[in-house]
Amino acid sequence: MIRWLAILLAGLLLGGLVHLVSILALPRIASQDAYSRLERLTPVNAVKALPSADPNNAPIPFLDPAFATAICRYDLSTGPIKLTVPVSQAYTSVSFYTDSDIAYYAINDRSAGRKVIELDLMTEEQHAALPEDEEITAADRLIVDSPTTEGLIVLKALASDPGLMAHAQATLAAATCKVQTEAPAKADAPRAQR
Amino acid sequence: MRLILSALLILIIATAVGLGATWTTVTRGTDFGTLTIGAWTARPRIGTPEANPYARASVIRSGQLPLGTGDGIAFIANADDNRQPLDGRCDISISGVTPPARFWTLTLYDNKGHLVANALQRYGFTSEEIVRNADGSFVIRLAARARSGNWLPTGGIERYQLMLRLYDTPVGIGTRTQRDAPMPTITRTGCP
Repeated sequence: MIRWLAILLAGLLLGGLVHLVSILALPRIASQDAYSRLERLTPVNAVKALPSADPNNAPIPFLDPAFATAICRYDLSTGPIKLTVPVSQAYTSVSFYTDSDIAYYAINDRSAGRKVIELDLMTEEQHAALPEDEEITAADRLIVDSPTTEGLIVLKALASDPGLMAHAQATLAAATCKVQTEAPAKADAPRAQR
Repeated sequence: MRLILSALLILIIATAVGLGATWTTVTRGTDFGTLTIGAWTARPRIGTPEANPYARASVIRSGQLPLGTGDGIAFIANADDNRQPLDGRCDISISGVTPPARFWTLTLYDNKGHLVANALQRYGFTSEEIVRNADGSFVIRLAARARSGNWLPTGGIERYQLMLRLYDTPVGIGTRTQRDAPMPTITRTGCP
């Protein structure tokens, strides 16, 4: 009897451990998560518009059909990224996700306070390596630190009624997302890509 | 021999209990860090790096990208105010007001997060296109067949869920009650 109880108890304890480990490991082993799905559909370090949401053909679930959506899948291993997104009539936002779908930063047109949302995305190491004086000149530029080398930038423009969808899509089509080889503070000059 | 059998039994129990608990929490969700107002539930921290492992695991499994906190917050409802599951064959109305936000959208999804096909190609409403009463409140009528006013077609599917997304809103981690965030009511008005 005691033996059976001991077996049950040991099983439950070990089960708890299995549960914790599997919950924590899930993000690493999942293959149907948003990043994995979009990885197959999007080029790296370029803006790609997602097809408008449709019942039969959605790149990822729970997309908001009132928005035009574009993705820039980034890889910072060759250098920081410079992102420019023109602001549409209604509402525009830029959200950043790691390669395990963690939303680590998001900004909208009003918090950016400009006609064009402009920012530099870099890893913490690249940020630390910025020359200090250049960082001061860059004070009016927004620098976002990515916790991972790879991830997703999601650009969204609201079409507050369906007639405005074409306009929202056109706004995002003008967005750019490029690796910058120059120092970020000098990036007011043309967005060089070599 | 008995030792091996016991060890085997322990491992079987552990696997069943452990993976069972993971499956249940990931598919059904947990209450950790959720904000429930009326029929609506949100996870205010899901759009931040501080999201708890359960929330992260369910995001990963569903394949969605959560709204970042600087963007907005998403409330989901899969039952009405009387806790009856949302049935596409019934008439359901959403009425009242929404919390302060620059824009909001209401979208109808099936259980997997896909839009539901309908001839009108209407999958939801935005705060701009909805027809309101004089006092700013609104009524949205969800039904399989056409209704007057703000009709949102359900396609007659058995179960659906609603997502109310608030964009550029003060609602978030500090929000606790209906008074901070007055959510619309969901009531079943008729069922064939």
